[in-house]
Amino acid sequence: MTAASATSAGLKPVLVIGFGNPGRQDDGIGPELARRLEGSAPEGVTVDSDYQLMIEDAADVAGHEVTVFIDASTSCPEPFLFREVHPREDASFSTHSVSPEAVVHLAAKCFGGRPRAFVLEIRGYDFDGFGEGLSARAEANLSAAAGFLAGLLRTKDFDAAAAAGTKAKASEGPEPQAGSVLQPDGSGPATGAVE
Amino acid sequence: MVTNASTTAGTRKITIEPVTRVEGHGKVTLHLDEKNNVSQARLHIVEFRGFERFIQGRPYWEVPVIVQRLCGICPVSHHLAAAKAMDRIVGGENLTPTAEKMRRLMHYGQMFQSHALHFFHLVSPDLLFGFDADPAVRNVIGVAAKFPDLAVQGVMMRKFGQEIIKATAGKKIHGTGAIPGGVNKNLSVQERDFFLKDMEQMLAWARSALSIAKDYTAEHLAELKDFGSFESNHLSLVRKDGAMDLYHGVLRAVDAKGERVLNDVDYQEYAKHIAEEVRDWSYMKFPFMKSVGPEKGWYRVGPLARLNTADFIDTPEAEAARKEFKAVTGGKPNNITMAYHWARMIECLHSAEKINDLLHDKDLQGTDLVTKGERREEAVGLIEAPRGTLFHHYRVNKQDQVTMANLIVSTTNNNEPMNRAVQKVAQDCISGKPEVTEGLLNRIEVAIRAYDPCLSCATHAMGRMPLDVEIHDCEGKVVDRRQRD
Repeated sequence: MTAASATSAGLKPVLVIGFGNPGRQDDGIGPELARRLEGSAPEGVTVDSDYQLMIEDAADVAGHEVTVFIDASTSCPEPFLFREVHPREDASFSTHSVSPEAVVHLAAKCFGGRPRAFVLEIRGYDFDGFGEGLSARAEANLSAAAGFLAGLLRTKDFDAAAAAGTKAKASEGPEPQAGSVLQPDGSGPATGAVE
Repeated sequence: MVTNASTTAGTRKITIEPVTRVEGHGKVTLHLDEKNNVSQARLHIVEFRGFERFIQGRPYWEVPVIVQRLCGICPVSHHLAAAKAMDRIVGGENLTPTAEKMRRLMHYGQMFQSHALHFFHLVSPDLLFGFDADPAVRNVIGVAAKFPDLAVQGVMMRKFGQEIIKATAGKKIHGTGAIPGGVNKNLSVQERDFFLKDMEQMLAWARSALSIAKDYTAEHLAELKDFGSFESNHLSLVRKDGAMDLYHGVLRAVDAKGERVLNDVDYQEYAKHIAEEVRDWSYMKFPFMKSVGPEKGWYRVGPLARLNTADFIDTPEAEAARKEFKAVTGGKPNNITMAYHWARMIECLHSAEKINDLLHDKDLQGTDLVTKGERREEAVGLIEAPRGTLFHHYRVNKQDQVTMANLIVSTTNNNEPMNRAVQKVAQDCISGKPEVTEGLLNRIEVAIRAYDPCLSCATHAMGRMPLDVEIHDCEGKVVDRRQRD
């Protein structure tokens, strides 16, 4: 298995990776959305999940045209934020966890190409204790994000969605209001409510 | 960030927190005497015992799945240690050949990927760029930029191991492969062939990584010999015939000279031999062997300890490497902290050889997966996790609910040794000036990383852990502080 053999077979269309610890309450948002997506994902969409991102994810990212990371967030706008991931040297990442930016950077360094990646951050609230299941507010945000992602995976207009997310975040300051990102069907940028 | 406090007379204390490329939360405090020499070093790790209580009341068959949520770093080790305990709860500890070999394949896959990750991701930057290189470069991204082939090897070895885990445990999150008394799946021929096609490459890369670790240690032996090093006891499981066995065996401990301290005892009775000391300055306990006492009964676990306790390794290439390793110390235990990396890569090659052997074993396609026997209400499961011996101890009532759980994780077992390593490094670096220099910060990181601590596991808490060092004087005042995110 080499870098060349990992990518020479041609790129697959879309990879979705939900990551987080389901035993840590709202930290499990990413894997939970990945679980719900499994079985209903459109053709050409690969769904995966893990406790955290790690260096081997770089190989999978390099093997797909587009990767969508799903992560819980303690601070993103409610209910969720969709943005593009730009490669970045993340020197501070710790032993067993790598940021989406570092994964994309490592993918480019190790396997070449310019992998495109986005992250769907979903706002969570309870992270401190051991426990299964999401808080009610996180569950509502997850439902909104699930609808958005389902639409996005049909249209595959990732750039427009990310541009809308960035624009909404910039225009609404540090605490944008709920539903300021995209229409739930992912059809294009909007500022209406996301249900 | 650097914060300097006023210098005061008397003993000083230096604190370092948190440590980069080590998961969890911890800090280091260095206590200085009146002459600014290090009198004591303390690695502070916030350990919460919340997880043991979280398990109480749950049905025993859920435990091998639940414990994987301790953290995402070594879920397989917790999965298997809990499953081994629950085997005894259902009287199914004598596994079928297919069940035991599937579990071993899962375990060697975990060991292979974890050791590869640690070496390429964490250690190779220190070895390739030097301890004093800029931390902004001294990381895996720096390795990828300057040594792209090595970075790719690390990524693909980790991926290979993860795929084995997925094939044996069922999935990466909440794997269910090991169940009380056995496993719930075998390995299909298709899955076997998927791994076999890459096996020779994995063996070659494992040999190459071992060569890097061995050559580095040999070339720098003079400077590494004393780096964070000290004499200690060493503890691990070994097979009944004395072979290294990472999955099952009896407990053996040797002292710094190689004399037996624990002579191949049944780990079901670990509580007769091991106790945990509480110290007022640390949330993490300090395990020790009762027969020796807390002062001198602490021990090291992990790759270095396993190389020191085993009489031999039952795979040819790793055994040849073990003999070279032992030759450095004339057959006596190796107490060089930085030799952990060499030992770790011997185990990485051993794991690859074991995976290769298992993939050629038709028992993996067997269909007799589960066994049961006389029900018990208390059991202990032990396994050699990548970072060292992992203890799981449970009591289960007649209603099948867990009533007690006690876990001693590898990092807790290495608590005292990590403190000793930091103290030794600090003593060698600080002389006369109560200052946290960049060089001191780097060396403390390198010494702690040799143990590959899983602090999020030890703390039972998720989170990133940068490095923070404080110097305190004899009156407890902070006289210098440096933090690295």
